[in-house]
Amino acid sequence: MSDQAQLLPGTLDLLILKAVSLGPLHGYGVLLRIGQITSSALLIEQGALYPALFRLVRQGLLKASWGVSENNRRAKFYELTAAGRKRFREETEGWNRLTAAMAAALGATAEEL
Amino acid sequence: MNPIAWLRSLATRLFRGSSAARDIDEELRSHIAHRADDLVSGGMDRARAERHARIEFGGIEHYREESHTALGGDSILTLLSDVRYSLRKLRKSPGFTFAAIFTLALAIGANALVFGVVNSVVLRPVDVRNAQSLYCIDHVNDQWQSYPNYIELRDRNHSFENLAAMALSEVSFDTGKDPSRIWGFAVTGNYFDTLNVQPMLGRLFHASDERGPNSAPYIVLSYNYWHIHFQDDRNVIGRVVRINRQPYTVIGVAPREFNGTFIFFAPNFYIPLVNDESSRMSQRDNRYIIQVLGHLKPGVSRAQALADLNQIGDSLKKAYPADDLNESFTLGRPSVPSVLGRPLRAFVVALMLLAALILIAACANLGSLFAARTADRSREVALRLSLGSSRILILRQLLTEAVLISLAGGAVGLAGSVPLLNRLNLWQPFSGVPIHVPVRPDANLYLVALLLAVVSGILFGIVPIRQVLRTDPYEVVKAGTSARAGRLSLRDALVVVQIAICAVLVTSSMVAVRGLMRSMHSNFGIDPQNVMLVETDLKEAGYPLAEVEPMQRRMIDALTSIPGVEHVGLVSFAPLGRGGSWQANVFRDSARNFTAPKAAANAYMYVISPDYLRAAGTALIAGRQFTLNDDSKSPSVAIVNREFAATVLGSVSGAVGRFYRSQDGTRIQVVGVVEDGKYLTITEDQKPAFFVPALQQAPLAEQWYLVRSNRDQQQLASAIRARVRALDSTLPIDMLPWTRELDFSMFPSRMAALSLGVLGSMGAILSITGIFGMAAYSVSRRLKELGIRVALGAKRIEVLHSALGRALKLLAVGSAAGLLLGLMATRVLAFIVYQATPRDPLVLSGAVLAMALLGLLATWIPAQRALSVNPVVLLREE
Repeated sequence: MSDQAQLLPGTLDLLILKAVSLGPLHGYGVLLRIGQITSSALLIEQGALYPALFRLVRQGLLKASWGVSENNRRAKFYELTAAGRKRFREETEGWNRLTAAMAAALGATAEEL
Repeated sequence: MNPIAWLRSLATRLFRGSSAARDIDEELRSHIAHRADDLVSGGMDRARAERHARIEFGGIEHYREESHTALGGDSILTLLSDVRYSLRKLRKSPGFTFAAIFTLALAIGANALVFGVVNSVVLRPVDVRNAQSLYCIDHVNDQWQSYPNYIELRDRNHSFENLAAMALSEVSFDTGKDPSRIWGFAVTGNYFDTLNVQPMLGRLFHASDERGPNSAPYIVLSYNYWHIHFQDDRNVIGRVVRINRQPYTVIGVAPREFNGTFIFFAPNFYIPLVNDESSRMSQRDNRYIIQVLGHLKPGVSRAQALADLNQIGDSLKKAYPADDLNESFTLGRPSVPSVLGRPLRAFVVALMLLAALILIAACANLGSLFAARTADRSREVALRLSLGSSRILILRQLLTEAVLISLAGGAVGLAGSVPLLNRLNLWQPFSGVPIHVPVRPDANLYLVALLLAVVSGILFGIVPIRQVLRTDPYEVVKAGTSARAGRLSLRDALVVVQIAICAVLVTSSMVAVRGLMRSMHSNFGIDPQNVMLVETDLKEAGYPLAEVEPMQRRMIDALTSIPGVEHVGLVSFAPLGRGGSWQANVFRDSARNFTAPKAAANAYMYVISPDYLRAAGTALIAGRQFTLNDDSKSPSVAIVNREFAATVLGSVSGAVGRFYRSQDGTRIQVVGVVEDGKYLTITEDQKPAFFVPALQQAPLAEQWYLVRSNRDQQQLASAIRARVRALDSTLPIDMLPWTRELDFSMFPSRMAALSLGVLGSMGAILSITGIFGMAAYSVSRRLKELGIRVALGAKRIEVLHSALGRALKLLAVGSAAGLLLGLMATRVLAFIVYQATPRDPLVLSGAVLAMALLGLLATWIPAQRALSVNPVVLLREE
């Protein structure tokens, strides 16, 4: 566990949008999907997921509906709305610009200046 | 269960009730179940897996609340967490919490008390149906009418559905046991029908029962009197009782909730007006008798009714020019007589203002304390701000704390004032007269207390807002909490305001109490000490007119023969007693026109026996006393007071031997002059008064005997009773020391002084807590600095100066402002409290001394703390 990185503020929302963009998921499924796509490199307390999910629903980025899970249990499934897809694209681009800039900055050596 | 746990469970229950909450719950459970499924398939047993899943999930309660907030859910939970946090904070500083709650309890309790009285006495209408349209017909300065005028008004008006009339009536009431004198109402036959009252038992009388004088010997008992004196006996209907020795049949009992139409006076019985001393009913100029009341017809406005009434009034004036019917009619509420109503309302408004002042002082006090607390917490606030908390959140937190305190204070204050109100409700200031103050704590009271608590909480809670908004987290964390002295801050201003208000209260209460003390010892023109008043009514007792005078003579002789009795006097009404007084128009000797407008004066008139002035202790300045020779065969004579001599006869020194004329033109010679006195109330302006010998007047059946004796009052009373019983065993008598009788006229001043005294002491207590809070705070803030000073060898006085100098300066400024304002305010007081004058060196110095003492008392503990600073301990702590 000790090599898991702390989540930067604001990144959880983006991760959720990413996870759901790959197909409708219930809450626990979102958690599993994030673990899968990040190779469990990030530390997320399970409960913290839900306030974030509800916030996204309230912002109209996700929509939710009750259904039955693969375990044959009742579960609430989330999928992206049109606004959610748009926001996901924008945030992804923003994140890429930021990481590129950060990577370039951190990779700079004395000779390049 | 503690209140917070209760609130929590309540809130959670409310919250759980919502479908959104159930949704959240189900989803979180579903998550844990799925996780547990995975753990089970990994080889764990089900029970362990579920436990493990819950642990992995984290604080489920916390996330449930957060989820709810994320969904924009109701604010109960956030409020609750604020409340929880505030309670934790408050519990950490019990002294502050206690002081704050105590302060508010005082202030809100005082306001609740005053409002309780206002609510019941001024705001609440009488308990009759359609009380809104019920009016009584008043004059500007009194509310009484004569019976013949009532008949005219009743038959000629077009505005009222029905007009009833009532008079106060004190009778001797005899059920076969010990006869007693009780108070009730003499009413017109249509009284109950006008007010829409139905009997609780038996029947009530109606207009049809009246067929001329003494035609309706019926009595209706009030519920209370029946309950107490007839033990709820339903067979009382049909019984014959004796009222003033005449037989009356009990025909009914009034319902419990109907207690007449006066707020302060609950009658014991109702008898038909036609049977009550019907002789006084026929005189048109005998005006001070009855109250006329009725419901306005639907659709008739006050103005229309007034126009209607005054048109009748104008024609009455034309028809009976001899009457002084020169005042026009007004419409009043029957519950509080307008004569009483105006000063009462003024008094109540003054009380409300003072109570509001107390609340403002308390808010200023708490505002400054809160500001100080917030300043102490600036580090915490800065930390929270830098950790991302919003300013709104912090402000909400502070406000929650303030409102919590004020609610607690309000609850404590209410808990204190409700029993007081209930006691006031049972209080009967005068024995034998059914006067009371019917206050009942009701929903309005609780609502107002709650409102006051919330408003004052917000009021002092917002004081530190600017502080929080201005906080620069970086600066504070870097610099630490150093004392920032110098400029006059909002906090200082609040302290000055608070002290000033308290000083106003202290000053005005001192003025009032001092005024009362003076009025108790000022000269009323009588010496009420060691005088027993004995009241009898021989006519009520059934004596024919011819036997009244001989009986009175026998009474005087019998009373004089009691050992230890110095003088026995007889008078129509005892000055400053509850009976009132007669007034008569008097004319100069030269007058030839004896109508009211030409009168030289309207003077109090007393019919007395020769020994009255000696028994009353009224000093004769010039001339002679009356003797038994001043009878109907000798020329008419009078003794007048100085005021009479000066205004009617021109001079005091030359008054003896001169003449004046009475209303019927009779020349009356003045044979003596006595000192001035007070007659009806102790606050009245000096009025002319004259005394005439009883033997030159028609015999008066209702008389007061003044028995002056140094003997013990109890012994004297039983001796008097024995002598009177020996003369007539069935004669009802009322006995009261004159000093007690004065209670009636002293009552308003006493009440005013009492209320002001209470409010003044509350002001004093508030100023102590206020000054103490400020001084304690300033010492604690500067403890380190003081330690250093002590370490560097400062003298005690210097330490004190630096610790408390500022506090004392504020105290002085506040007190000075308050004293000035208080002295200004007492000009107003002088209207209520007799002899209340601010230009009294004793009051001035007393107020200054009181404030100084209060300041000393309140700064004592902080000063001790400052002086006992141990620099070593203090510096090690840092």
